[in-house]
Amino acid sequence: MFSTNLLKNEEKAVFALRSLYQKYGYTPYKMSKFEEYDLYVRNKDFLVSDSVITFTGMNGKLLALKPDVTLSIVKNTKDIPDSVQKVYYNENVYRVSKSTRDFKEIMQTGLECIGNIDDYNIYEVLLLAAKSLEAISESFVLDLSHLGIVSAVIESIGCDRETGRAILACIGEKNQSGIEKICADKGINAVACEKLISLVGTYGKIEKVLPELHKICDTDELKSALNRFESICSLLVSGGLQDKINIDFSIATDMRYYNGVVFQGFVENVPTGVLSGGQYDNLMKKMGRKSGAIGFAVYLDTLERLNLTTKKYDVDTVLLYDESCLSEDIAKAVNTLAADGKSVMAQRNVPESIKYRQLLKLGDKGVEVLENND
Amino acid sequence: MKTMINVALPKGRLGEKVYAMFEKAGYECPSIKEVNRKLIFENEAAGVRYFWVKPSDVAIYVERGAADIGVAGKDILLEYSPDVYELLDLNLGKCRMAVAAKKDFRDNTENTLRVATKFTNIAKDYYSKKGRDIDIIKLNGSIEIAPILGLSDVIVDIVETGKTLLENDLEPKETIVPISARLIANKSSFQFKTEQIENIKNGLKAQVKTDD
Repeated sequence: MFSTNLLKNEEKAVFALRSLYQKYGYTPYKMSKFEEYDLYVRNKDFLVSDSVITFTGMNGKLLALKPDVTLSIVKNTKDIPDSVQKVYYNENVYRVSKSTRDFKEIMQTGLECIGNIDDYNIYEVLLLAAKSLEAISESFVLDLSHLGIVSAVIESIGCDRETGRAILACIGEKNQSGIEKICADKGINAVACEKLISLVGTYGKIEKVLPELHKICDTDELKSALNRFESICSLLVSGGLQDKINIDFSIATDMRYYNGVVFQGFVENVPTGVLSGGQYDNLMKKMGRKSGAIGFAVYLDTLERLNLTTKKYDVDTVLLYDESCLSEDIAKAVNTLAADGKSVMAQRNVPESIKYRQLLKLGDKGVEVLENND
Repeated sequence: MKTMINVALPKGRLGEKVYAMFEKAGYECPSIKEVNRKLIFENEAAGVRYFWVKPSDVAIYVERGAADIGVAGKDILLEYSPDVYELLDLNLGKCRMAVAAKKDFRDNTENTLRVATKFTNIAKDYYSKKGRDIDIIKLNGSIEIAPILGLSDVIVDIVETGKTLLENDLEPKETIVPISARLIANKSSFQFKTEQIENIKNGLKAQVKTDD
Protein backbone atom coordinates (compact mmCIF):
# COMPACT_ATOMS: atom_id res chain seq x y z
CA MET A 1 0.00 0.00 0.00
CA PHE A 2 1.15 3.54 -0.65
CA SER A 3 0.92 6.43 1.77
CA THR A 4 -1.65 9.14 0.97
CA ASN A 5 1.04 11.63 2.00
CA LEU A 6 2.55 11.02 -1.41
CA LEU A 7 -0.52 12.46 -3.08
CA LYS A 8 -0.76 16.11 -4.03
CA ASN A 9 -3.74 18.16 -2.83
CA GLU A 10 -5.50 17.93 -6.17
CA GLU A 11 -4.97 14.16 -6.37
CA LYS A 12 -6.36 13.66 -2.85
CA ALA A 13 -9.33 15.83 -3.81
CA VAL A 14 -10.04 13.75 -6.92
CA PHE A 15 -10.31 10.57 -4.83
CA ALA A 16 -12.35 12.18 -2.09
CA LEU A 17 -14.77 13.86 -4.49
CA ARG A 18 -15.21 10.77 -6.67
CA SER A 19 -16.20 8.76 -3.62
CA LEU A 20 -18.50 11.57 -2.41
CA TYR A 21 -20.38 11.91 -5.70
CA GLN A 22 -20.78 8.16 -6.10
CA LYS A 23 -22.22 7.98 -2.58
CA TYR A 24 -25.06 10.24 -3.70
CA GLY A 25 -25.79 8.18 -6.81
CA TYR A 26 -23.90 10.26 -9.37
CA THR A 27 -22.41 8.14 -12.12
CA PRO A 28 -19.06 8.82 -13.80
CA TYR A 29 -19.21 10.51 -17.17
CA LYS A 30 -16.19 9.93 -19.38
CA MET A 31 -16.06 11.87 -22.58
CA SER A 32 -13.84 12.24 -25.57
CA LYS A 33 -10.98 14.71 -25.35
CA PHE A 34 -12.22 16.50 -28.45
CA GLU A 35 -15.46 18.16 -29.35
CA GLU A 36 -16.73 19.78 -32.53
CA TYR A 37 -15.67 23.43 -32.54
CA ASP A 38 -19.14 24.46 -33.66
CA LEU A 39 -20.53 23.69 -30.18
CA TYR A 40 -18.28 26.34 -28.62
CA VAL A 41 -18.82 28.92 -31.34
CA ARG A 42 -22.57 28.77 -30.73
CA ASN A 43 -22.12 29.19 -26.98
CA LYS A 44 -18.98 31.29 -26.85
CA ASP A 45 -20.14 33.53 -24.00
CA PHE A 46 -20.74 30.52 -21.76
CA LEU A 47 -17.02 29.74 -21.78
CA VAL A 48 -14.68 31.13 -19.12
CA SER A 49 -12.22 32.10 -21.84
CA ASP A 50 -13.28 32.39 -25.46
CA SER A 51 -10.06 31.06 -27.01
CA VAL A 52 -10.13 27.41 -28.00
CA ILE A 53 -7.39 25.11 -29.36
CA THR A 54 -8.66 23.82 -32.69
CA PHE A 55 -7.48 21.32 -35.26
CA THR A 56 -8.94 19.55 -38.27
CA GLY A 57 -10.14 15.99 -37.65
CA MET A 58 -9.65 13.08 -40.09
CA ASN A 59 -13.08 13.73 -41.64
CA GLY A 60 -12.27 17.39 -42.27
CA LYS A 61 -14.38 18.68 -39.39
CA LEU A 62 -12.95 21.41 -37.18
CA LEU A 63 -12.44 19.96 -33.71
CA ALA A 64 -11.46 21.56 -30.42
CA LEU A 65 -9.66 20.43 -27.29
CA LYS A 66 -12.35 20.79 -24.65
CA PRO A 67 -12.34 24.23 -22.95
CA ASP A 68 -15.43 23.24 -20.94
CA VAL A 69 -17.19 20.09 -19.80
CA THR A 70 -20.76 21.23 -19.14
CA LEU A 71 -21.54 21.98 -22.79
CA SER A 72 -20.44 18.48 -23.86
CA ILE A 73 -22.53 16.83 -21.14
CA VAL A 74 -25.59 18.87 -22.05
CA LYS A 75 -25.10 18.05 -25.72
CA ASN A 76 -24.73 14.33 -25.05
CA THR A 77 -27.62 13.82 -22.65
CA LYS A 78 -31.24 13.51 -23.71
CA ASP A 79 -34.43 14.96 -22.26
CA ILE A 80 -36.14 12.15 -20.37
CA PRO A 81 -39.55 13.28 -19.02
CA ASP A 82 -39.93 13.21 -15.22
CA SER A 83 -36.43 11.98 -14.70
CA VAL A 84 -33.15 13.44 -13.50
CA GLN A 85 -29.75 12.37 -14.78
CA LYS A 86 -26.95 12.71 -12.27
CA VAL A 87 -23.38 12.54 -13.53
CA TYR A 88 -19.93 13.54 -12.34
CA TYR A 89 -16.72 13.99 -14.26
CA ASN A 90 -13.02 14.44 -13.83
CA GLU A 91 -11.50 15.91 -16.97
CA ASN A 92 -8.73 18.14 -18.22
CA VAL A 93 -9.86 21.29 -19.96
CA TYR A 94 -7.79 23.73 -22.00
CA ARG A 95 -8.20 27.42 -21.34
CA VAL A 96 -6.25 30.62 -21.71
CA SER A 97 -4.67 31.68 -18.46
CA LYS A 98 -5.29 35.34 -17.64
CA SER A 99 -1.76 35.81 -16.35
CA THR A 100 0.29 34.14 -19.09
CA ARG A 101 -2.16 34.78 -21.95
CA ASP A 102 -1.43 31.26 -23.13
CA PHE A 103 -3.24 27.94 -23.05
CA LYS A 104 -3.13 25.94 -19.87
CA GLU A 105 -4.28 22.42 -19.05
CA ILE A 106 -6.61 22.56 -16.05
CA MET A 107 -7.83 19.56 -14.10
CA GLN A 108 -11.47 19.99 -13.28
CA THR A 109 -13.95 17.82 -11.49
CA GLY A 110 -17.62 18.45 -10.99
CA LEU A 111 -21.14 17.24 -11.40
CA GLU A 112 -24.25 17.97 -13.38
CA CYS A 113 -27.85 17.24 -12.51
CA ILE A 114 -30.04 17.42 -15.62
CA GLY A 115 -33.77 16.89 -16.00
CA ASN A 116 -36.87 17.80 -14.07
CA ILE A 117 -35.06 19.76 -11.34
CA ASP A 118 -36.95 20.25 -8.08
CA ASP A 119 -36.01 21.89 -4.78
CA TYR A 120 -34.53 18.65 -3.46
CA ASN A 121 -32.18 18.41 -6.47
CA ILE A 122 -31.02 21.99 -5.88
CA TYR A 123 -30.48 21.26 -2.19
CA GLU A 124 -28.56 18.07 -2.99
CA VAL A 125 -26.23 19.86 -5.40
CA LEU A 126 -25.61 22.61 -2.83
CA LEU A 127 -24.99 19.98 -0.16
CA LEU A 128 -22.46 18.24 -2.41
CA ALA A 129 -20.82 21.59 -3.21
CA ALA A 130 -20.42 22.23 0.53
CA LYS A 131 -19.16 18.69 1.13
CA SER A 132 -16.71 19.05 -1.79
CA LEU A 133 -15.25 22.15 -0.16
CA GLU A 134 -15.12 20.38 3.20
CA ALA A 135 -13.18 17.54 1.58
CA ILE A 136 -10.57 20.10 0.48
CA SER A 137 -10.31 22.17 3.66
CA GLU A 138 -12.01 22.49 7.03
CA SER A 139 -12.13 26.23 6.60
CA PHE A 140 -14.47 26.94 3.70
CA VAL A 141 -17.34 29.21 2.71
CA LEU A 142 -20.03 28.61 0.11
CA ASP A 143 -21.48 31.87 -1.22
CA LEU A 144 -25.02 31.61 -2.50
CA SER A 145 -26.97 34.00 -4.70
CA HIS A 146 -30.25 33.92 -6.60
CA LEU A 147 -30.23 35.46 -10.04
CA GLY A 148 -34.05 35.67 -9.99
CA ILE A 149 -33.71 38.25 -7.22
CA VAL A 150 -30.78 40.11 -8.81
CA SER A 151 -32.44 40.34 -12.23
CA ALA A 152 -35.82 41.36 -10.75
CA VAL A 153 -34.15 44.16 -8.76
CA ILE A 154 -32.40 45.44 -11.89
CA GLU A 155 -35.59 45.11 -13.99
CA SER A 156 -37.62 46.97 -11.37
CA ILE A 157 -35.48 50.04 -12.08
CA GLY A 158 -36.53 50.04 -15.71
CA CYS A 159 -33.10 50.91 -17.12
CA ASP A 160 -31.71 50.06 -20.56
CA ARG A 161 -29.70 46.88 -21.17
CA GLU A 162 -26.28 48.54 -21.14
CA THR A 163 -26.98 50.27 -17.83
CA GLY A 164 -28.26 46.96 -16.45
CA ARG A 165 -24.99 45.29 -17.42
CA ALA A 166 -22.95 48.09 -15.81
CA ILE A 167 -25.03 47.78 -12.62
CA LEU A 168 -24.53 44.00 -12.62
CA ALA A 169 -20.76 44.51 -12.91
CA CYS A 170 -20.86 46.86 -9.90
CA ILE A 171 -22.89 44.28 -7.93
CA GLY A 172 -20.15 41.74 -8.77
CA GLU A 173 -17.53 44.12 -7.35
CA LYS A 174 -19.55 45.09 -4.25
CA ASN A 175 -19.05 48.56 -5.68
CA GLN A 176 -21.60 50.83 -3.99
CA SER A 177 -20.00 54.06 -5.17
CA GLY A 178 -20.09 52.73 -8.74
CA ILE A 179 -23.83 52.12 -8.42
CA GLU A 180 -24.38 55.60 -6.98
CA LYS A 181 -22.51 57.10 -9.93
CA ILE A 182 -24.49 55.12 -12.52
CA CYS A 183 -27.76 56.10 -10.83
CA ALA A 184 -26.73 59.77 -10.77
CA ASP A 185 -25.60 59.71 -14.43
CA LYS A 186 -28.70 57.90 -15.67
CA GLY A 187 -31.20 59.78 -13.52
CA ILE A 188 -32.32 56.66 -11.65
CA ASN A 189 -34.47 57.66 -8.68
CA ALA A 190 -33.16 57.58 -5.12
CA VAL A 191 -35.48 54.75 -4.00
CA ALA A 192 -34.31 52.43 -6.79
CA CYS A 193 -30.68 53.40 -6.14
CA GLU A 194 -31.10 52.63 -2.44
CA LYS A 195 -32.55 49.22 -3.33
CA LEU A 196 -29.48 48.38 -5.43
CA ILE A 197 -27.12 49.55 -2.71
CA SER A 198 -28.97 47.44 -0.14
CA LEU A 199 -28.63 44.41 -2.42
CA VAL A 200 -24.85 44.93 -2.62
CA GLY A 201 -24.54 45.58 1.11
CA THR A 202 -26.70 42.63 2.14
CA TYR A 203 -24.54 39.56 2.65
CA GLY A 204 -23.77 37.07 5.35
CA LYS A 205 -25.49 34.19 7.10
CA ILE A 206 -28.96 33.09 5.98
CA GLU A 207 -30.74 34.14 9.18
CA LYS A 208 -29.28 37.63 8.97
CA VAL A 209 -29.84 38.24 5.26
CA LEU A 210 -33.34 36.85 4.63
CA PRO A 211 -35.13 39.45 6.82
CA GLU A 212 -33.13 42.19 5.05
CA LEU A 213 -34.22 40.84 1.68
CA HIS A 214 -37.88 41.18 2.63
CA LYS A 215 -37.34 44.94 2.80
CA ILE A 216 -35.92 45.02 -0.74
CA CYS A 217 -38.34 42.59 -2.35
CA ASP A 218 -41.40 44.79 -2.81
CA THR A 219 -42.68 43.85 -6.28
CA ASP A 220 -44.64 40.69 -7.18
CA GLU A 221 -41.74 39.37 -9.24
CA LEU A 222 -39.26 40.00 -6.44
CA LYS A 223 -41.53 38.44 -3.85
CA SER A 224 -41.94 35.32 -5.95
CA ALA A 225 -38.15 35.04 -6.53
CA LEU A 226 -37.54 35.51 -2.80
CA ASN A 227 -40.14 32.86 -2.06
CA ARG A 228 -38.29 30.34 -4.24
CA PHE A 229 -34.98 31.30 -2.66
CA GLU A 230 -36.38 31.01 0.87
CA SER A 231 -37.61 27.48 0.29
CA ILE A 232 -34.06 26.45 -0.77
CA CYS A 233 -32.58 28.30 2.22
CA SER A 234 -34.90 26.56 4.67
CA LEU A 235 -33.81 23.18 3.26
CA LEU A 236 -30.18 24.21 3.79
CA VAL A 237 -30.90 25.27 7.37
CA SER A 238 -32.70 22.03 8.16
CA GLY A 239 -29.73 20.17 6.63
CA GLY A 240 -27.45 21.95 9.14
CA LEU A 241 -25.52 23.86 6.47
CA GLN A 242 -26.32 27.40 7.66
CA ASP A 243 -22.93 27.94 9.32
CA LYS A 244 -20.97 27.39 6.15
CA ILE A 245 -23.24 29.18 3.70
CA ASN A 246 -23.26 32.91 3.07
CA ILE A 247 -25.82 34.68 0.98
CA ASP A 248 -23.90 37.04 -1.29
CA PHE A 249 -25.29 38.61 -4.46
CA SER A 250 -21.88 39.56 -5.79
CA ILE A 251 -21.41 36.24 -7.60
CA ALA A 252 -21.02 37.51 -11.13
CA THR A 253 -22.42 35.16 -13.73
CA ASP A 254 -23.88 35.58 -17.16
CA MET A 255 -27.68 35.78 -16.94
CA ARG A 256 -28.00 34.66 -20.55
CA TYR A 257 -27.03 31.17 -19.38
CA TYR A 258 -27.65 31.04 -15.66
CA ASN A 259 -30.82 31.62 -13.68
CA GLY A 260 -32.05 30.82 -10.18
CA VAL A 261 -29.48 29.67 -7.66
CA VAL A 262 -25.79 30.40 -8.38
CA PHE A 263 -22.93 29.75 -5.99
CA GLN A 264 -19.21 30.02 -5.50
CA GLY A 265 -16.95 28.23 -3.02
CA PHE A 266 -13.83 29.48 -1.27
CA VAL A 267 -11.32 27.74 0.99
CA GLU A 268 -9.02 29.67 3.28
CA ASN A 269 -5.55 30.47 1.89
CA VAL A 270 -6.56 29.98 -1.74
CA PRO A 271 -6.89 33.48 -3.23
CA THR A 272 -9.53 32.62 -5.83
CA GLY A 273 -12.81 30.73 -5.82
CA VAL A 274 -12.21 26.96 -6.02
CA LEU A 275 -15.75 25.96 -6.91
CA SER A 276 -18.47 27.59 -8.95
CA GLY A 277 -21.83 26.53 -10.20
CA GLY A 278 -25.48 27.23 -10.58
CA GLN A 279 -28.73 26.53 -12.36
CA TYR A 280 -28.38 26.91 -16.12
CA ASP A 281 -31.87 26.42 -17.51
CA ASN A 282 -31.25 29.33 -19.90
CA LEU A 283 -28.34 27.47 -21.50
CA MET A 284 -30.52 24.37 -21.82
CA LYS A 285 -33.23 26.41 -23.57
CA LYS A 286 -30.64 27.98 -25.85
CA MET A 287 -29.52 24.48 -26.82
CA GLY A 288 -33.10 23.49 -27.61
CA ARG A 289 -33.59 21.41 -24.50
CA LYS A 290 -36.68 21.10 -22.35
CA SER A 291 -34.93 19.95 -19.19
CA GLY A 292 -33.61 22.14 -16.42
CA ALA A 293 -30.10 21.73 -15.06
CA ILE A 294 -27.81 22.56 -12.16
CA GLY A 295 -24.18 21.69 -11.59
CA PHE A 296 -20.80 22.86 -10.44
CA ALA A 297 -17.11 22.53 -11.17
CA VAL A 298 -14.19 22.30 -8.76
CA TYR A 299 -11.01 23.92 -10.10
CA LEU A 300 -8.40 21.48 -8.87
CA ASP A 301 -5.47 23.50 -10.22
CA THR A 302 -6.18 26.16 -7.59
CA LEU A 303 -5.35 23.67 -4.82
CA GLU A 304 -1.73 23.22 -5.82
CA ARG A 305 -0.39 25.78 -3.36
CA LEU A 306 -2.77 25.01 -0.49
CA ASN A 307 -0.85 24.14 2.72
CA LEU A 308 2.28 23.91 0.67
CA THR A 309 5.25 22.60 2.63
CA THR A 310 8.75 22.62 1.27
CA LYS A 311 10.32 19.18 1.29
CA LYS A 312 13.67 19.22 3.07
CA TYR A 313 15.06 16.35 1.00
CA ASP A 314 14.30 15.02 -2.47
CA VAL A 315 15.37 11.53 -1.49
CA ASP A 316 16.39 9.73 1.73
CA THR A 317 19.40 7.98 0.32
CA VAL A 318 21.70 8.29 -2.65
CA LEU A 319 23.57 5.05 -3.20
CA LEU A 320 26.77 5.43 -5.23
CA TYR A 321 28.25 2.53 -7.16
CA ASP A 322 30.98 2.10 -9.76
CA GLU A 323 31.99 -0.25 -12.58
CA SER A 324 33.34 -2.81 -10.15
CA CYS A 325 29.90 -3.38 -8.60
CA LEU A 326 27.74 -6.20 -9.88
CA SER A 327 24.22 -5.25 -10.91
CA GLU A 328 22.88 -7.99 -8.62
CA ASP A 329 24.66 -6.41 -5.63
CA ILE A 330 23.30 -2.95 -6.50
CA ALA A 331 19.77 -4.35 -6.78
CA LYS A 332 20.16 -6.16 -3.46
CA ALA A 333 21.43 -3.02 -1.67
CA VAL A 334 18.62 -0.87 -3.13
CA ASN A 335 15.98 -3.41 -2.14
CA THR A 336 17.33 -3.68 1.41
CA LEU A 337 17.25 0.11 1.87
CA ALA A 338 13.79 0.40 0.27
CA ALA A 339 12.51 -2.38 2.50
CA ASP A 340 13.44 -0.14 5.47
CA GLY A 341 10.93 2.37 4.12
CA LYS A 342 13.57 4.70 2.65
CA SER A 343 13.52 6.26 -0.77
CA VAL A 344 16.71 5.30 -2.65
CA MET A 345 18.34 6.72 -5.73
CA ALA A 346 21.14 4.59 -7.19
CA GLN A 347 23.69 6.70 -9.08
CA ARG A 348 27.24 6.47 -10.40
CA ASN A 349 28.02 10.06 -9.35
CA VAL A 350 26.59 12.41 -6.78
CA PRO A 351 23.63 14.00 -8.63
CA GLU A 352 23.58 17.77 -8.89
CA SER A 353 20.64 19.69 -7.44
CA ILE A 354 19.30 16.69 -5.50
CA LYS A 355 19.08 17.08 -1.74
CA TYR A 356 19.63 13.80 0.07
CA ARG A 357 19.49 12.79 3.70
CA GLN A 358 22.31 10.28 3.44
CA LEU A 359 25.02 9.48 0.91
CA LEU A 360 26.10 5.83 0.76
CA LYS A 361 28.65 4.01 -1.32
CA LEU A 362 28.52 0.42 -2.40
CA GLY A 363 32.01 -1.14 -2.32
CA ASP A 364 33.78 -4.46 -1.87
CA LYS A 365 33.01 -4.46 1.85
CA GLY A 366 29.33 -3.64 1.38
CA VAL A 367 27.63 -0.32 1.97
CA GLU A 368 29.56 2.48 3.70
CA VAL A 369 28.21 5.86 4.84
CA LEU A 370 29.91 8.86 3.16
CA GLU A 371 27.68 11.67 4.36
CA ASN A 372 24.86 12.17 6.84
CA ASN A 373 22.82 15.35 6.57
CA ASP A 374 20.26 14.70 9.28
CA MET B 1 -3.47 34.97 17.81
CA LYS B 2 -5.12 37.97 16.23
CA THR B 3 -5.97 37.64 12.53
CA MET B 4 -3.68 39.94 10.61
CA ILE B 5 -4.92 41.96 7.66
CA ASN B 6 -2.30 42.48 4.96
CA VAL B 7 -2.63 45.89 3.35
CA ALA B 8 -0.90 46.85 0.08
CA LEU B 9 -0.34 50.60 -0.04
CA PRO B 10 0.77 52.50 -3.14
CA LYS B 11 4.24 54.03 -2.72
CA GLY B 12 4.31 57.80 -2.92
CA ARG B 13 2.24 60.79 -1.88
CA LEU B 14 -1.11 59.08 -2.37
CA GLY B 15 0.01 56.12 -0.24
CA GLU B 16 1.03 58.45 2.57
CA LYS B 17 -2.38 60.14 2.53
CA VAL B 18 -4.06 56.74 2.53
CA TYR B 19 -1.94 55.55 5.45
CA ALA B 20 -2.96 58.67 7.39
CA MET B 21 -6.59 57.60 6.91
CA PHE B 22 -5.83 54.09 8.16
CA GLU B 23 -4.03 55.59 11.14
CA LYS B 24 -6.97 57.81 11.98
CA ALA B 25 -9.29 54.82 11.70
CA GLY B 26 -7.31 53.10 14.48
CA TYR B 27 -4.90 51.03 12.42
CA GLU B 28 -1.70 52.89 13.21
CA CYS B 29 1.75 51.41 12.71
CA PRO B 30 4.34 53.92 14.02
CA SER B 31 7.32 52.07 12.50
CA ILE B 32 6.05 53.01 9.03
CA LYS B 33 7.15 56.60 9.63
CA GLU B 34 10.77 55.68 10.36
CA VAL B 35 13.12 56.71 7.59
CA ASN B 36 14.62 53.52 6.21
CA ARG B 37 14.31 51.16 3.28
CA LYS B 38 11.99 48.68 4.90
CA LEU B 39 8.94 47.76 2.84
CA ILE B 40 6.89 45.78 5.36
CA PHE B 41 5.53 47.18 8.65
CA GLU B 42 3.44 45.41 11.23
CA ASN B 43 1.35 46.27 14.24
CA GLU B 44 0.23 43.00 15.75
CA ALA B 45 -1.94 44.65 18.37
CA ALA B 46 -3.93 46.51 15.71
CA GLY B 47 -3.95 43.39 13.51
CA VAL B 48 -2.47 45.08 10.43
CA ARG B 49 0.58 44.55 8.26
CA TYR B 50 1.31 47.22 5.68
CA PHE B 51 3.58 47.01 2.68
CA TRP B 52 4.54 49.60 0.11
CA VAL B 53 4.35 48.49 -3.49
CA LYS B 54 4.40 50.20 -6.86
CA PRO B 55 0.93 51.77 -7.35
CA SER B 56 0.26 49.79 -10.52
CA ASP B 57 1.10 46.53 -8.68
CA VAL B 58 -1.36 46.94 -5.78
CA ALA B 59 -4.17 45.20 -7.66
CA ILE B 60 -1.90 42.23 -8.47
CA TYR B 61 -0.97 41.75 -4.79
CA VAL B 62 -4.64 41.87 -3.83
CA GLU B 63 -5.98 39.70 -6.66
CA ARG B 64 -3.42 37.00 -5.88
CA GLY B 65 -4.07 37.13 -2.15
CA ALA B 66 -0.61 38.37 -1.02
CA ALA B 67 -2.55 41.34 0.34
CA ASP B 68 -6.07 41.03 1.74
CA ILE B 69 -6.88 44.62 0.88
CA GLY B 70 -5.16 47.50 -0.88
CA VAL B 71 -5.63 50.92 -2.37
CA ALA B 72 -5.43 51.26 -6.13
CA GLY B 73 -6.36 53.93 -8.66
CA LYS B 74 -9.50 53.42 -10.72
CA ASP B 75 -7.27 53.74 -13.83
CA ILE B 76 -5.44 50.52 -12.86
CA LEU B 77 -8.70 48.73 -12.07
CA LEU B 78 -10.18 49.70 -15.44
CA GLU B 79 -7.01 48.81 -17.34
CA TYR B 80 -6.32 45.40 -15.81
CA SER B 81 -9.83 44.34 -14.62
CA PRO B 82 -8.52 42.41 -11.61
CA ASP B 83 -11.02 39.99 -10.03
CA VAL B 84 -11.38 41.89 -6.74
CA TYR B 85 -14.06 43.66 -4.71
CA GLU B 86 -14.08 47.43 -4.98
CA LEU B 87 -15.31 48.37 -1.55
CA LEU B 88 -14.91 52.12 -1.30
CA ASP B 89 -14.15 55.24 -3.30
CA LEU B 90 -11.67 57.13 -1.11
CA ASN B 91 -12.16 60.31 -3.14
CA LEU B 92 -8.38 60.83 -3.02
CA GLY B 93 -5.86 61.14 -5.83
CA LYS B 94 -8.56 62.60 -8.04
CA CYS B 95 -7.85 63.11 -11.71
CA ARG B 96 -9.39 61.99 -15.00
CA MET B 97 -8.56 59.71 -17.88
CA ALA B 98 -8.73 61.93 -20.93
CA VAL B 99 -8.05 62.16 -24.62
CA ALA B 100 -5.57 64.96 -25.34
CA ALA B 101 -4.15 66.33 -28.56
CA LYS B 102 -2.44 69.36 -30.05
CA LYS B 103 -4.55 72.47 -29.64
CA ASP B 104 -5.23 72.70 -33.38
CA PHE B 105 -6.10 68.97 -33.72
CA ARG B 106 -9.21 68.12 -35.73
CA ASP B 107 -10.28 64.48 -35.87
CA ASN B 108 -10.28 63.44 -39.50
CA THR B 109 -12.72 60.53 -39.42
CA GLU B 110 -11.62 59.39 -42.89
CA ASN B 111 -8.43 57.99 -41.38
CA THR B 112 -7.61 55.53 -38.63
CA LEU B 113 -6.97 57.49 -35.44
CA ARG B 114 -3.51 56.88 -34.01
CA VAL B 115 -3.71 56.73 -30.20
CA ALA B 116 -0.60 56.68 -27.98
CA THR B 117 -1.18 55.46 -24.44
CA LYS B 118 -0.07 53.40 -21.47
CA PHE B 119 -3.70 52.40 -20.96
CA THR B 120 -4.36 50.31 -24.05
CA ASN B 121 -7.45 48.52 -22.74
CA ILE B 122 -9.15 51.71 -21.59
CA ALA B 123 -8.40 53.36 -24.95
CA LYS B 124 -9.59 50.35 -26.97
CA ASP B 125 -12.79 50.10 -24.95
CA TYR B 126 -13.53 53.83 -25.24
CA TYR B 127 -13.08 53.98 -29.00
CA SER B 128 -14.81 50.66 -29.70
CA LYS B 129 -17.93 52.02 -27.95
CA LYS B 130 -17.73 55.01 -30.29
CA GLY B 131 -17.20 52.71 -33.28
CA ARG B 132 -14.00 54.59 -34.18
CA ASP B 133 -11.22 52.70 -35.96
CA ILE B 134 -7.95 53.24 -34.08
CA ASP B 135 -4.33 52.20 -34.11
CA ILE B 136 -2.94 51.77 -30.59
CA ILE B 137 0.64 52.79 -29.91
CA LYS B 138 1.64 51.43 -26.52
CA LEU B 139 4.13 53.70 -24.75
CA ASN B 140 5.47 53.41 -21.22
CA GLY B 141 6.17 57.06 -20.45
CA SER B 142 6.50 60.60 -21.84
CA ILE B 143 3.24 60.06 -23.71
CA GLU B 144 2.89 63.80 -24.36
CA ILE B 145 5.75 63.68 -26.87
CA ALA B 146 3.86 61.36 -29.24
CA PRO B 147 1.54 63.92 -30.91
CA ILE B 148 4.29 66.55 -31.02
CA LEU B 149 6.59 64.25 -32.98
CA GLY B 150 3.75 63.02 -35.17
CA LEU B 151 3.90 59.52 -33.69
CA SER B 152 0.20 59.70 -32.83
CA ASP B 153 -2.82 61.93 -33.43
CA VAL B 154 -4.02 61.85 -29.84
CA ILE B 155 -2.99 60.45 -26.47
CA VAL B 156 -5.07 58.77 -23.78
CA ASP B 157 -3.60 59.54 -20.40
CA ILE B 158 -4.25 60.68 -16.86
CA VAL B 159 -4.82 64.41 -16.55
CA GLU B 160 -4.57 65.98 -13.13
CA THR B 161 -4.18 69.72 -13.60
CA GLY B 162 -3.47 69.77 -17.33
CA LYS B 163 -0.24 71.70 -16.72
CA THR B 164 2.06 69.16 -18.39
CA LEU B 165 -0.23 69.09 -21.41
CA LEU B 166 -0.28 72.88 -21.60
CA GLU B 167 3.50 73.13 -21.38
CA ASN B 168 3.72 70.78 -24.33
CA ASP B 169 1.18 72.71 -26.37
CA LEU B 170 -1.47 70.04 -25.90
CA GLU B 171 -4.92 70.23 -24.38
CA PRO B 172 -7.50 67.76 -23.09
CA LYS B 173 -10.21 67.14 -25.68
CA GLU B 174 -12.54 64.57 -24.09
CA THR B 175 -12.89 63.08 -20.62
CA ILE B 176 -13.13 59.28 -20.67
CA VAL B 177 -13.67 58.62 -16.97
CA PRO B 178 -12.98 60.33 -13.62
CA ILE B 179 -10.31 58.59 -11.56
CA SER B 180 -9.80 58.31 -7.81
CA ALA B 181 -8.27 55.88 -5.31
CA ARG B 182 -10.34 52.82 -4.35
CA LEU B 183 -10.20 50.39 -1.46
CA ILE B 184 -10.07 46.91 -2.97
CA ALA B 185 -10.24 43.46 -1.36
CA ASN B 186 -9.32 39.94 -2.34
CA LYS B 187 -12.53 37.97 -2.87
CA SER B 188 -11.40 34.95 -0.89
CA SER B 189 -9.86 36.93 1.99
CA PHE B 190 -13.11 38.87 2.27
CA GLN B 191 -14.96 35.61 3.02
CA PHE B 192 -12.71 34.68 5.92
CA LYS B 193 -11.86 38.13 7.32
CA THR B 194 -15.20 39.82 6.65
CA GLU B 195 -15.55 41.59 9.98
CA GLN B 196 -12.01 42.98 10.07
CA ILE B 197 -12.21 44.20 6.47
CA GLU B 198 -15.63 45.76 7.06
CA ASN B 199 -14.33 47.54 10.16
CA ILE B 200 -11.45 49.01 8.18
CA LYS B 201 -13.81 50.00 5.38
CA ASN B 202 -16.18 51.74 7.80
CA GLY B 203 -13.28 53.49 9.55
CA LEU B 204 -12.09 54.86 6.21
CA LYS B 205 -15.59 55.65 4.95
CA ALA B 206 -16.17 57.95 7.91
CA GLN B 207 -13.23 60.06 6.70
CA VAL B 208 -14.07 60.20 2.99
CA LYS B 209 -14.56 63.79 1.96
CA THR B 210 -17.43 64.37 -0.43
CA ASP B 211 -17.18 66.87 -3.27
CA ASP B 212 -20.00 69.07 -2.13
